[in-house]
Order: sequence, then C-alpha cells, then structure tokens
Amino acid sequence: MKILRKPGFWLPIMLVLLLGLWPVMTDNAANREVVNSILVSVALASSLNILLGYTGYVSFGHIVFFGFGAYTGFYLMSEQGWPIYAAMIMAGLVPAVLAYLLGSAILRLRGAYFALATIGINEAARAFVKNFDPLGGSVGMQLNFQIYNDYGGAAQALWLTYYLLLGVTIVILIVSYLVRFSKFGLGLMAIRENEDAAEVMGVVAPSAKTRAYVISAFFPGIVGLLFFFKNATILPGDAFRLHLSIETIVMVMLGGAGTVLGPVLGGAGYQRLRGTLLVTPLFRNVQLVVAGVLLLTIILFIPAGVVGWLRYHVRGLRRVLE
Amino acid sequence: MFDILIPSLVDGLLLGFVYGIAAMGLSLIWGVMNVINLAHGPIIALGMFGIYLAFTILGLNPYLALVLVAFAGLVLGILIYYVAVNRVIDAPHLSSLLATFSVNMIIIGIGTAIFTVSPYNVDFTLGAVDIGPIRLLWTRVAAALAAVIVTGLLYLFLFRTRTGKNIRAVANNRTAAELMGIPSSRVLALSFGIGTMLAAIAGGLIATFFPFTILAGGGYELRSFVIVVLGGLGNPLGALVGGLILGSLEGIIPVFMQTSWVPVIEFVLFVFIILVRPSGLLGSRV
Amino acid sequence: MILEIHDVSKNFGGLQALSDVSLSVPEGEILGLIGPNGAGKTTLFNVINGVYPPTNGRVFFQSKEVTAKKPYHLAKMGLARTHQIVQPLEELTVRENVMVGACFGKEDHGLGSARELAEEVLDFVGLGERKDQMAASLNVAQKKRLELARALAARPTLLLLDEVLAGLNPSEISAMIETVAEIREQGITIIMIEHVMHAVMNVSERVVVLDYGRLISEGTPEEVSHDPKVIEAYLGDPKLAEEIASGGQQGGGL
Repeated sequence: MKILRKPGFWLPIMLVLLLGLWPVMTDNAANREVVNSILVSVALASSLNILLGYTGYVSFGHIVFFGFGAYTGFYLMSEQGWPIYAAMIMAGLVPAVLAYLLGSAILRLRGAYFALATIGINEAARAFVKNFDPLGGSVGMQLNFQIYNDYGGAAQALWLTYYLLLGVTIVILIVSYLVRFSKFGLGLMAIRENEDAAEVMGVVAPSAKTRAYVISAFFPGIVGLLFFFKNATILPGDAFRLHLSIETIVMVMLGGAGTVLGPVLGGAGYQRLRGTLLVTPLFRNVQLVVAGVLLLTIILFIPAGVVGWLRYHVRGLRRVLE
Repeated sequence: MFDILIPSLVDGLLLGFVYGIAAMGLSLIWGVMNVINLAHGPIIALGMFGIYLAFTILGLNPYLALVLVAFAGLVLGILIYYVAVNRVIDAPHLSSLLATFSVNMIIIGIGTAIFTVSPYNVDFTLGAVDIGPIRLLWTRVAAALAAVIVTGLLYLFLFRTRTGKNIRAVANNRTAAELMGIPSSRVLALSFGIGTMLAAIAGGLIATFFPFTILAGGGYELRSFVIVVLGGLGNPLGALVGGLILGSLEGIIPVFMQTSWVPVIEFVLFVFIILVRPSGLLGSRV
Repeated sequence: MILEIHDVSKNFGGLQALSDVSLSVPEGEILGLIGPNGAGKTTLFNVINGVYPPTNGRVFFQSKEVTAKKPYHLAKMGLARTHQIVQPLEELTVRENVMVGACFGKEDHGLGSARELAEEVLDFVGLGERKDQMAASLNVAQKKRLELARALAARPTLLLLDEVLAGLNPSEISAMIETVAEIREQGITIIMIEHVMHAVMNVSERVVVLDYGRLISEGTPEEVSHDPKVIEAYLGDPKLAEEIASGGQQGGGL
C-alpha cells in the first residue's frame, strides 16, 4: 500500500493516537474525560470536513445526524436491549440513509440556501423529537444503570466507550484521507471550486455530492450514540443543539477546511481553548467573548485556517501537512 | 371554537407585525449584500434590554426609549459592519456567516456576563380593551402600529431619498453602482446598520409584552429565517407579509394541537419553501 | 455526422436567443461559428452540451439523441468544451485541473494514468512548467490554455471552443491557432466560436453565421464572406464587415 508511506497519512493518526493513549498510560479518568471531549470534536469536525471542506457545501445543521444517530442507538439499547456494537452500526446507518434521502432534495440548493435548509431541518427534527413520545418527547430517555453491568460495570463501560470513540475517530481520519486522495475526492474538489465547470468536465455532481453527504452523516451518528451512552441520558435540546453545529464549522475553519489534518488541530484546539477558558476564573464569564474574538480574527485574517496557512507559507511542510 | 380561534388569531397577527420588522432587518441585509446576519438574534435581545434599561433605570416611556434603542441599533450595526463584515464582503458565504456568528458569540458572551441568563421583564402596561370575545392588549396594538409606521418610513427612505436609492442601486448591482460613483462600502455599512436597527426595534417592542432573557433573540432569529424565506430573501415588504403569515400560524395552530407542534410545522414549511420556491412566496428583491 | 441539430430554439423569458437553428457537422470537420455580439453563439454551445435544455428542437451527438441530457452525460460521450469566460478550479493546481478532465471525461482514467495524461497534455499546450501552480495564479492567456488542456485531457471526439483567442495578444493568437490546427490533426472535430475574423476564416473549412438567434448563412469562408446577408448583419460594425469581406485573403496573423 502506497499510502502507508505517506507522512500526511500518518501524522493526523499518530497525533490522535498519542493523545488517545495519554489517559490510558496515566490510567486517569479525569484525563480521559478531557480527551473524550476532544475526540468528539475531532470526529465531528473531520466528518463535516468531507462535505464542507472537500465538497464546499456549508451544512449549518449537520448536528442533526449526530442527534438522529444518538437517538436511534439509544432507543435500540434502552428499549430494545441491543448490545452497543450493533446499536453503533445502526446509529451510523440510519443517519446515512436519512442523508441519502435528504441529500437528493437539498443538495440541489446552492450557497446560503443550502445552509438555511440545513438549519431548518435540524430545527424541525429537534421540535419533532420533542413531541414524539416513543423517543421520550421533551424529557428524553434515560438508560437504566443496570445496562452498564453488561460491560463490566459503570467504570469499565466508560473506558469501553472511550476506546470505541478513539477507534471511530481513527477510522474517520483514514476515510477522510482516502476520500481526499481519490478520484472521487478530486471530483468533490472540482465541485467545490466550480460546480458548473465540474459538470461540463463530466463530474456527475448530484451523485458525488450525495455520496459525500452520506459519508459525512454516517460517523456523527456513531459519535452521538457513544456521547449519550456515556451520559446515560439523552434530551432533544442536547442532541440537536444548533450551536454545536456551528462550533463544528468553526473547528474545521480554525484548523483548515479541505485538509485531513486541519479538523484534527481545529477540533482539538477549539475544545482545549474552551476548556481552559471555562476553568480560568478570569475568563469563565466571558469565555464566549474570547472565543468569538478569536474566531473573528481567524475569519478575517487567516481564512485558510492553521494548516492552510502553514501549507501556503512554508513550502517544505506541504508534503507532510495534508 | 371560534371563541378561541379568533382571539388567538388576532394575537398572532399583531405579533406577526413585530416578527415582520425583525425579519425585514435580516432581509434587507441579505438583499443588499448577500450576507445572512447570524448576529441578528443577539441584537434583538439587546433591543429588549435597551428598553428594559431605559425604562427601569432612566424611567423613560418605552415608546420614547424605542427611538434611543433604534439609534443605538443603527450605530452598533455600522460598527459591526466595519469591524466584522467589510473585510469578508466578497469572500465565500461561509466567511460572512462565521464572521457574524462570532459577533453573535461576543454579544451573547458580554450579555451573559452582565445580565446572566435569568428572565427580565418590563413592568409596563397600557391596559386592554374587550371587543366581543377579543381582548386586545394595547401594548400589542401599539407594537403592531409601530411596526407599520417603521415599514412605511423604511419604504419612504428606500424609494424617496437619494441615500435610499443608492442602497437599492447597490442591492441591484454593486459593481455597476460603484462605477456610477456610489460609495459602496458606506452604503453597505448603512444598510447593515438599518438592518440591525430594525432587529433592535423588534426586540424593544417585544419587550413591552413578553418576558425575555439575553438568549431570547435566538428564537426570533430562527423565526426571521422562516419569514424571510416565506416572503422572499431580500424583499422587505415580503418580510412583513411573511411575518403576518407566521404570526397567524402561531395563532391558529395551538387551537388545534399542542403549542409544541408549532415549530415543527414552521420549520417543515420553511424547508419545503426553500426547496420548492426558493425565491419565496412573493419573490423579487429590494 | 458527429453532431446534428434539428430546429433548435431557446427562449429566456421573453427573449428568443435561438430560433429554429439546424446544423450538421461531419466527423473531422473544423467549423467556424460567427455572428455579432448577442447572436446566440454561446447559447448554442450551452444547448449542445446540455447546460440548458432547448425550448424546442432536438440534438443528436454521434447519432444518439442527447436533447436535454446533462453536461456530464455529454462529457462522458466524448464532448468537451472551453468557456468564453474562463472557469479555472482556482484552488486546485494546474495539473489537478487537467486531471479532472481526464478522470471524468470519455476515457474515465484512474488517478495514476490521469496524472500522466495531464502532464502530456500540459506539455502540448505549453503549460508544462506551471503544473504545480495554483490555477488562480495563471494569467488570462494561460487560463485559456488551461481550459483547452482540460478539454483535451477528456480525449473528446468533438471539441467546442468558445473564443479561445479573445483577449490574447497577436503572438499568443498565432501560437493558439497553431495548437488548434494540431488538435485538428489528431482527428478531433472542432466547432469554434470566434471574433478574430482572419483566424476563423483561415482555420475553418466551413463557417456558419448566426444573427439574432437565426442561422443566416452557411458555407465555405469564401462564400460566407461574400454573402450580403452576412455583410448586413455586421453593418453595425463596418470595420469587422470589411475584415470579413477580405477574410480569406488577408489573414495576416498566420
């Protein structure tokens, strides 16, 4: 395999792996929680990047797949007694199917109309789930703590979800790299740059876009299930939180849209910054302000993100930072 | 059933006028510069707190205070334009979306630090009048009336003044307007200012009859999206009509099903219209 | 016939951009398409390659009906085109731009062979040294060549060239004309829209003239340049009319 010799392939994976092993080495649950939230961000940002960064479609409501996957898996586990592994597969497949159905309709929209439609879908989904009693309505669902016994008790179950999340994140990075450096990915980037010209050159844009949408919807659902399984409770407001959607876009932009490494750095950086601001007394009340100013600075002055900026300004890094 | 339906519909319609102005601000900014202002909600909330502060601290009449709030909204908008939007006005959509979103974060952050997220209300009433089964709160009637006046003034400004004509010229074709010597960035800044001014006015009016928090603008921002799409992106009068449609839906739906279904219907309708008729029910631009 | 167009009309709102245009192009021909500004030339290209469906009429490519097929269907069948207003994929490298043509065009190359083909084509159009640059960094003449390279990498049987000479200086024009002649020698059928009259009159075997969306004249460059209807169509532009009338003989650019 040629890609196994590419530094651009290994770098993001090694970074995530090293970070992921730190709590294991220190055997520290507090460290695990820190890394857990970083992995959620990295996984969500990298999934979104396949649509946003490679294809150029700005989904503002991408969190709808996180929410739907989480609800699907959570329901199967708590109401139907499914094991977590099977529930994870469904938590990915159901949003992917949803994305396929939605995609053929909304991916015809360009630019801001697409962004608005995705916001609308997320808000409609949240409002619907709030009213939908089989999924617990507005009070959501709780896991019976007994369920953790199937996985060796609560403490063990938390470690298990952590390992699963780490595994899923690495799989996403591999998929992201493979897409980025495939013929399919070249077609997506052609669409991103100029969809009409891409079609004239033979890129079958409708099906390529839909496939990208489906891939980028598959993983957030699994991440969602792991996230809410760990919390043992799921609420419509948490599962379909529009703000998280937009934060995910921020992470992608921060690190560099359209690169494999960008969402890793962006997700980790944003999450870390948020964590630091929240625990620093000086900034706790104004953490949003600091984050907002930082975001604005990046948008205005470094629109290509950290990785994009480095690739542009340091020639030697181009082979390493993909 | 009409005993419930009619009053509920009237309430919804009156509220719809105010929704209309909020959406008009969003629509104007979109129409002139193709920017979706994600700081719209927080500015609506600032309008609410503006009225609150003027009323409780300065003891001003809320409607008098509205003039101050409007002016502050205008200035704030122009400031936001030059700080956050001007630089990315020609960049891809994502940049301006995120730039305005960062302004959203900054305002919410400062607002939360000052006001926390607990609810406030403006302790002000004008009484009510009963007409048959309908009980009209005068604050709501006044808000609707103010909304109509503001719309009228906006149209006079856009169609009767030189500056207004410049705004429409820039909205139509910025490059051509620049070639004709219209200072486009000043026009854009002013348009952005007027857009946020409308949001602040809407917030101020809502504060005269509903309690609110610093986060309350979010819901109205989402409603504004729905309304703008109903009325046609970039069509201010369409926004008023869209506001009335949304207001009456909010009046009618709760009579037939639980209030919590209202947003489901609103957003499904929203997505449906974007897909089927992205130019809105009324179409056309500024 | 590689391309047949039967009674094609296209309306935009109230504007009749094309009315009842019929045209046949035999394999291997190089056909010039001329006409005053706004005559509907680019619209005809857009109808042929599926950017818009025609309001009326039918289009056949390689004897298969392609009316209202999408641009990517036609691309895969072997139709490639350049744009009057260049449309580079700006944030991709020059090589990647051309690889898109190779990967998604008629021959459906994989990335590896697309890369080789792209380099070959880039050398052919004279952009070989710029292959690692971002497409956005090219100048207009280079972007025109990039358009051409992308189209050629698709290995088309029919190539639509939309004003590849516009905006080029005289030496760039003669270089481009040479390239077009070489493409022709590879057996690719070409239809070219052109305003640079001496060029189109010299290169084309046959010329068709559009005016107000109608096909008003058709024949050898010689015949067309003496057609009174053509002279009349260009009356608004006497200099150009003169150039047409003297078309075949002058040809200083070559």
